[in-house]
Order: sequence, then structure tokens, then C-alpha cells
Amino acid sequence: MSGRDSMQQPLVKPIDVAALRRDFPVLDLKVKDKPLIFLDNAASSQMPKQVIERWVKYRSAQHANIHRAVHYLSETATAEYEAARRKVQAFLNAREERECIFTSGTTDGINLVAHGYGRKFFAAGDEIILTTLEHHSNIVPWQMVAEEKGAKIRVVPVNDRGELLVDEYRKLFSRNTRFVAMTHVSNALGTINPVKEMVAIAHEHGVPVLVDGAQAAPHLKVDVQDLDCDFYAFSGHKVCGPTGIGVLYGKAALLEKMQPFKGGGDMILSVTFDKTTYAQIPAKFEAGTPPIGEAITLGAALDYLSGIGLDRIAAHETDLLDYATDRFNRLPGVRLIGTAEKKAAVLSFAVEGVHPHDVGSLLNDDGVAIRTGHHCAQPVMQRFKVPATCRASFAFYNTTDEVDALVASIGRVQKLFA
Amino acid sequence: MDSRALYQEMILEHNKKPRNWGMLADATHKAEGLNPLCGDHIHLSLKLNGGQVEAVGFEGEACAICKASASMMTVAVKGKSRTDAELMVQEFRDMTTGKLDTHAPHHLGRLTVFAGVSDLPTRVKCAILPWHTLHAAFAGSDTASTE
Repeated sequence: MSGRDSMQQPLVKPIDVAALRRDFPVLDLKVKDKPLIFLDNAASSQMPKQVIERWVKYRSAQHANIHRAVHYLSETATAEYEAARRKVQAFLNAREERECIFTSGTTDGINLVAHGYGRKFFAAGDEIILTTLEHHSNIVPWQMVAEEKGAKIRVVPVNDRGELLVDEYRKLFSRNTRFVAMTHVSNALGTINPVKEMVAIAHEHGVPVLVDGAQAAPHLKVDVQDLDCDFYAFSGHKVCGPTGIGVLYGKAALLEKMQPFKGGGDMILSVTFDKTTYAQIPAKFEAGTPPIGEAITLGAALDYLSGIGLDRIAAHETDLLDYATDRFNRLPGVRLIGTAEKKAAVLSFAVEGVHPHDVGSLLNDDGVAIRTGHHCAQPVMQRFKVPATCRASFAFYNTTDEVDALVASIGRVQKLFA
Repeated sequence: MDSRALYQEMILEHNKKPRNWGMLADATHKAEGLNPLCGDHIHLSLKLNGGQVEAVGFEGEACAICKASASMMTVAVKGKSRTDAELMVQEFRDMTTGKLDTHAPHHLGRLTVFAGVSDLPTRVKCAILPWHTLHAAFAGSDTASTE
């Protein structure tokens, strides 16, 4: 973030990065005899020992199926699973815990809404607004339901910095607009979108908004009541938790109107071959045996992040981003893609004359892990006329020394291709 | 192994100055190759005359491994019969997946510079894509994919 005025930031106590790094066993790993420098946190973040230990505890002494049997283990697992839901509620500042549904991840949460809401309420001629910055997982489910219903997709454009054009967004609304789905933070560029403002605009038109929070939840304090969004989805494995678990927040009134996404056990009140009565939320949307241990472990991950403080995490990551942006701006032959005023700690970049895939392979020789490719955001690549980018994405456990190592490694790539 | 070892002079040079760059105006066979993982995307055109590869051209957006592989492939198959070229496709696939004994007789010549890719699973697809695309062009299908 260029031009950040630290005087205007709320003062937070800096995190002790060295101490926090000791929580992460993987950070001791050597790759090709060099210390691992993990800069692919936007794809999946690493797990601290406190979270790993929670997983082991569940697996060692608390596992049974939930919401069913009356025996000790089942009661324990059920209590811990529901306790994890309350942790999610607190993390998002949701009004009620029943508004927090466990899913398998962000993609699953978006599909739940596309099917549960879209298939019930969309009709031919209706319009769904998406943005250029969406991950494929917030495009394809809407295209599928739009195709089925004869609805249309409208897209919010971005400027050359990778910022959404809010005035253009306003103009997309018509009496046919039924839904808005938008990302909080762009996975490909790092842009932090003005979600609160955009939700308010949608609500002026009586249109509900789903926010893809996969890239926001690990990096900034999310308050769904303050944003006033109708749905908010995020993934466990990007917030130092496990894969296979995620959360969909939805306003209770909307969730109650929706049809279930999946049918099965645990989501019913009663079943006969003539009629099934669905359970109340959240059970209505949690068919089958959920990933119980994953949910409980996610709860521990949210405790871990909250224990550090999302404001302190954001402050450290902003410092890292400022430092890295400055270093990159002074690197000849390297172009940053995505230079939004408000950015999460993501650097998407192109090295002149070197394909991103070659950059990624060669950086790996130096133990530096970045992501290369289209980042499941092909419309972003098309907008910026690049086939792919290199992406370094930071977490609170990354350091300026690691930024220096990244920059040095890029220098070696340029030398090889000179 | 280090991927750096793969980026030998010959590969870097072909990446910088690809041979047979550009599509043929009088192509008899064409195919498009796509590697969705990293975004390698090439177009290949061939002019077959009596079962001989009389001319070949390619263009596209690809990483150095893919582009050099395509460039060296076009040099290698130009003037060859379709049968000989298909044999090279098979041998190249076998080499990059570690199934070809490069010390035994083969027809790949300098293309053995890509043998090291078999130790880099994420890059095998880059090297192989042009060859898949050549095979698709011969077979008369429009597209090849590494997925």
C-alpha cells in the first residue's frame, strides 16, 4: 500500500514474528538444503503446533459421530463441534451461531447459496452481478444456475490498478438485478474491495450480497454485521486450519427461506416416503456426517489468530507489503500487476522476458515457494493481458528477510535469462 | 535435482529465438495445445506432402521449457515422414516420463537435453505439450491438452 500514513493507523502492539515462527514446525523445513521461504499463503497457509495439537487431541480422545448417540464420546464430539461454531460466530461477529454453517470450504459455501438461493428464487431475465476480480469459484456456480434459469451475468469492471469501479457497479443495477456476489480481497491481485459501500448500494435496490471471504478472513478483521452482507464464505485451510472445512455465514431470515443444497441425514426433522420436513438452520444445510475434527480444529485456528489479534496481523502484513512493494518498484524488468490503494499482502508480478512458470521453478531451487499461473482468476489475467503471473502472498509469519531472499532469487532468474 | 540444471544454454537459446515461429499459410494440419495448469498455449501448423512433413510452424504463449521443446521439435520433425515423427513423439513422451533408456539407440538426438525434466514432475507437461499437439495435428483433432 503506497503512501500509507502510519499516523492515521490505530496504534497496535507489533507482533513478535520470531516467537510466532516457532509455533510453525514447517518453517524449520529445508528445501534443497535451503530454509523454506513460504510465500504461497493465499493458496493455503501453514498450521501452528497449537492447531496441530488440537487435531491430535480430537483424534486421540474425542472422536465419534455427532448429534446422534448418547454415549460419552459422541456427546464430547458434539459439544466440541458446537463450541467451534460459537468460535466462528465470534470470529465473524455474527448475530447468532445458527447463522454459521460448516461447509467443506469457500467453494462449497458459494455453491450452497447458488443452489439454495439461486435455484429457488432466480427466473428467466434476472441478473446477477459479479466482479472482474472473482476467483472461478465465485463465477462458475453462478453461471451454472444462470444457465439453468435463463438469468444473465453482469460484471463490475476494474481500473488499471485493479480497483473495482464503484460508479460502474451502480449503473449495473436494474429492476432485474437479483443478486450480487463479490470477493472481499482479490486472490490474484490483493485488492481489498469496498465491500461495506457496495453492500449498501445493493441493499438500496433490495438485492442480497454474497461476499467471498477466502482471502480476507486470514488477514483482516471481518465483521459481518458491520459489512451488513447477507452471506460470507471462507475456508479453514487459509486461516491456519485444516482443508476440508469452511464456513458459510448467512442472515438467518435468508437461510430459512432457502432450499437445502444437499439432502441426507442430520438435515431433517422427519422423513416418510410421502414427505420430508427439514431441520432448522444450521442443521438444514449440514447433511450427512460433517468433517467434525476439521471443524473443531478450525475453531482452534480461529482462537490462534484471534489470540494474536487480526489488527496486529494486518499491521505486520501491511508493513511487509510496503517493504516488498518498495523493493519490487526498484527492480528493473519486474512489473507489479495490481497496485490498488488498499491491498492485502499479495504481490502479483511479471518478470520481463521470463514466463511465470519458469520463475516459479527457479525460485523453488532457492527454497522460495510462490504460486505461478492464472490463480483460478482468468478474467483478471485477460483484463491485464497476461497469460499468468507470479504471486508472492504473505502471512504474519513472513519477514522482511524473506522478502530480500525473494528479490535476490528473482535477480538470479533474470541473470540466467539475460 | 535443481530445475536450474534443466535451463541449459540450448533451451535458453531456443526460448529466446524460437525456430519455425509463425503459422503456415498453406497448412494441411493444425492443432492447438493447452496446459491449463500454467497457461502454456501453443498453436501448431503442418504441411504434409505425401506423408512427409514438408513445413511446420508454431506460435503461442508458453514457458521456456515448452517453447524450447516446441522449437526443437519443429526442427527435428521437418522433412521427416509422419511415421518417423510419430515415433519421436512416443520416444519423447517416454523420455520425459523416465521410461526411455537414453543410452540405448533412439531417434531424439539433441532433444535428450529435456531428459532431466523427468525429475521435475511439475514441468513434464510443459515439455510434452508440443508433442501432444503434434500428435493431435497428425490425428486431425483440433486440440491437445495436458490435463
